[in-house]
Amino acid sequence: MQRRHFLKNTMATGAAVLAASSGLLVPGQVLAAYNQAAFDAKDVPSAIKGALGSDSAEASDKIKIKAPDIAENGAVVPVTISSTLGDVKSITLISEKNGTPLVAKFNLGAGSEAYVSTRIKMGKTSNIIAICESGGKLYKAHKEVKVTIGGCGG
Amino acid sequence: MAKSSIKVRAKAKNGIVTLKGLISHPMETGLRKDKKTGKAIPANFIQAVDCEHNGAAVMNAEWGVAISKNPYISFKFAGKSGDTVKISWSDNNGKSDTLETKVK
Repeated sequence: MQRRHFLKNTMATGAAVLAASSGLLVPGQVLAAYNQAAFDAKDVPSAIKGALGSDSAEASDKIKIKAPDIAENGAVVPVTISSTLGDVKSITLISEKNGTPLVAKFNLGAGSEAYVSTRIKMGKTSNIIAICESGGKLYKAHKEVKVTIGGCGG
Repeated sequence: MAKSSIKVRAKAKNGIVTLKGLISHPMETGLRKDKKTGKAIPANFIQAVDCEHNGAAVMNAEWGVAISKNPYISFKFAGKSGDTVKISWSDNNGKSDTLETKVK
């Protein structure tokens, strides 16, 4: 009898844990709802506005963009962004002449350094814009990358 | 266990952990066409990447289609050797994967 109880209880707890974890997952996904509108935006100001809520960013020399001057293959352009601005909440990456300019937004938690590195696709020669959100204000910097073979076609 | 789609290396130096990760994923934009059939290849790309350090979120990335295929990501945060980091991604088709590892 006792064994039966035990089994029943563990199974019930197991189910509860499962339900709780799946329940926890759902609001998490809702919170991080995909910002479709911003990623679908066709021009730079509306992409910035969609991602960050405002498109007025101050040019800053405290943001460093490391990317090649000439990218032979637009499908793989390594980009590293770092900043000496304090308290950077997010880093947004934009490739000016892509069909949909918004590339990515990195939200940084407490204890994170203002540093991200990734590889992006670029359709043609254009500016890469990096926008850092720091202390409620937006700062931007840009760098031109020449692309010899575009990375958005077949 | 199926092989994970995520490869992560996290190294601590002077209190800062540098994490480098590779995810194997096609990252289709939905704009490309199949050369043989002329039909558009449906979009299939990662929309979100999350990283937790000892259970606390340190980075959460929203990605568009312009991230290269088999994405590479690197970032830094305060931490030390032996800490656990958890990386997970999810794509527009609802697929996802998670990997947990220790900081070296």
